[in-house]
Amino acid sequence: MAVITMREAISQALWEEMERDDRVFILGEEVGVWGGTYAVTKGFFDHFGPKRVRDTPIAEGVIVGAANGAAMAGLRPVAELMTINFAFLAMDQIVNHSAKLHSMFGGQFTVPLVIRAVGGGGRQLGATHSQTPDAVFAHFPGLKVIAPGTPQDAKGLLKSAIRSDDPVLFIEHATLYQMRGEVPDGEITEPIGVSKVQRLGRDVTIVTYSKMLQTSLQASAELANEGIEAEVVDLRTLRPLDMGPVVESFKRTNRAVIVEEGWPSFGIGAEVASRLYEQAFDYVDAPIRRVAQKEAPLPYNRTLEQMALPQVSDVVRAVKEVL
Amino acid sequence: MISSGSAGLLQRRENMEASEMLRLYREMVLVRRLEEAAASLYQEGKIGGFLHLYIGQEAVGSGVVSARRPEDRVITAYRDHGIAIAAGMPARVVLAELLGKATGCSKGMGGSMHLADVRLNFWGGHAIVGAHLPLAVGMALADRYRERQAVTICFFGEGATNIGYFHEALNLAALWKLPVLWVCENNKYGMGTSVERASAVEEIRQKAEAYGIPGARVNGMDVLEVRGAAEQALEHVRREGPFLLEAITYRYRGHSMGDPERYRRSDEVRKWQEEDPIGILRKRILEEKASREAALDRLETEVEEEIGEAVRFAEESPEPAPEALFEHVYAEKGA
Repeated sequence: MAVITMREAISQALWEEMERDDRVFILGEEVGVWGGTYAVTKGFFDHFGPKRVRDTPIAEGVIVGAANGAAMAGLRPVAELMTINFAFLAMDQIVNHSAKLHSMFGGQFTVPLVIRAVGGGGRQLGATHSQTPDAVFAHFPGLKVIAPGTPQDAKGLLKSAIRSDDPVLFIEHATLYQMRGEVPDGEITEPIGVSKVQRLGRDVTIVTYSKMLQTSLQASAELANEGIEAEVVDLRTLRPLDMGPVVESFKRTNRAVIVEEGWPSFGIGAEVASRLYEQAFDYVDAPIRRVAQKEAPLPYNRTLEQMALPQVSDVVRAVKEVL
Repeated sequence: MISSGSAGLLQRRENMEASEMLRLYREMVLVRRLEEAAASLYQEGKIGGFLHLYIGQEAVGSGVVSARRPEDRVITAYRDHGIAIAAGMPARVVLAELLGKATGCSKGMGGSMHLADVRLNFWGGHAIVGAHLPLAVGMALADRYRERQAVTICFFGEGATNIGYFHEALNLAALWKLPVLWVCENNKYGMGTSVERASAVEEIRQKAEAYGIPGARVNGMDVLEVRGAAEQALEHVRREGPFLLEAITYRYRGHSMGDPERYRRSDEVRKWQEEDPIGILRKRILEEKASREAALDRLETEVEEEIGEAVRFAEESPEPAPEALFEHVYAEKGA
């Protein structure tokens, strides 16, 4: 067991899968000579060469479009989008093509594509570079959406994503790259579409994922000092969504808080709360609460930005409200 | 030989075998009759959604696709029936897809705009204008990656050259010297807006020049001219990289069924019908004594019978089972 950063975990997953399968290649802006804008692919260009580590023009439509085409033709592209905000420039390729090419032609070809995209706020990048639009992408059948919150899950899930025959959007949080965590040595994979209990507790169920997993775990530690034991369920994959561990936990605690970084309207929290009411209505002892981003474009100003993003104190307060 | 930006410098193909001319003739008649049958079925309410007919443009699809090698991929936009037939798809399978049947090439999941058969190296049938041009780049990249000699032939309308995808795709194909033959079917109208009203440049091949991609214009109503140009263009692509072939053509019918055609005069349509691609080839076949009137008439009767049988097959084919709704949402089961 080694302690490594999220960046190292993602980098290791890519490296190992490229060594393992020569159909895997990387394309995107600054992935090669530069080494990745978040330094995830540092050293890849020198080791794997320009054929398998392909710098592209700044043109997201053709980055994802060419990745779709190469995937249809049997390769396993990993397309990197510098930020998930730029995925909107490739929205047609992701939504109308990646997610549909397999079913729309009666299953004649597969689209084994991974789109890595960096999301999340908190770095004072302003309204267009700080969004958490995960729910938007999780809306579409045909696409798989993964958003890990620990280095182990990042490594294991990215390896599974690259091996998957389906198109996967893999969302990395911009402020988690330096986060350290234990990752087992050697070959590891984690299953796509399986939620995981990251902390045991009897009093309340916190449902969360990605960066907000860390926020929720910190809130749980504070609550524990007051004798409140929160169970934290990490969704890890948003589509397909695994409600099993969430419902199982909720049936014991009868109270839930859902913590997401994106806006609450039509979001992940709305979906999870709705499914809890549908699947476990008889176990509800208090209204299910959501903690999410304030409903405004994220500002540049540091104080206002932090005010808009969900904080540990928001999670603590919400938990106390449902108890 | 082909030279950049020089319309009309392509050599006309002079020495085609009689049997190949007759095969092309039969194929284009088959496409025409297929489209007429599809129009009737649409009017009877048996085909849903949109239906974009290829009538008038047959020489482009047949001329280009007949010049390919089996390893060359073909991909096109939503006006795809004629290209599907040229790629080798039986008429009955096309019609079954149009009727949404389980025996259709896409099992009834795609419809008119989403025909494909990967065994024929025919990769669709794509309905978002311009969006399949990046797919073509990716497929050509995959062939280059695996050191295959294949070319990806990508058809699109002139209307697709005003959207960003065209420019992103041509730039990347040229930058990476990918084996793509871009075939612009310039039928003069993007839906109801004429090329003059939509594009700052009327000669589409000029847009390719901006990316260092050589191009040529051909008469898209003359299948032998298209075929000769496509052979030379494919050679160029195999040797040097992407090439853009602009075929000047015309669709006799509306953009799709239900087009009121307020944007053009009926005498314009009639003028183009005098340049009918099937008529031009028939005249040529008779001039060269490659066949006789009676034999061509017999061939047309055969084609009509084939289409009649194809319609019966499509109508009698089963609907997809209810389970088909979820069958291919994901390739991996349990997802």
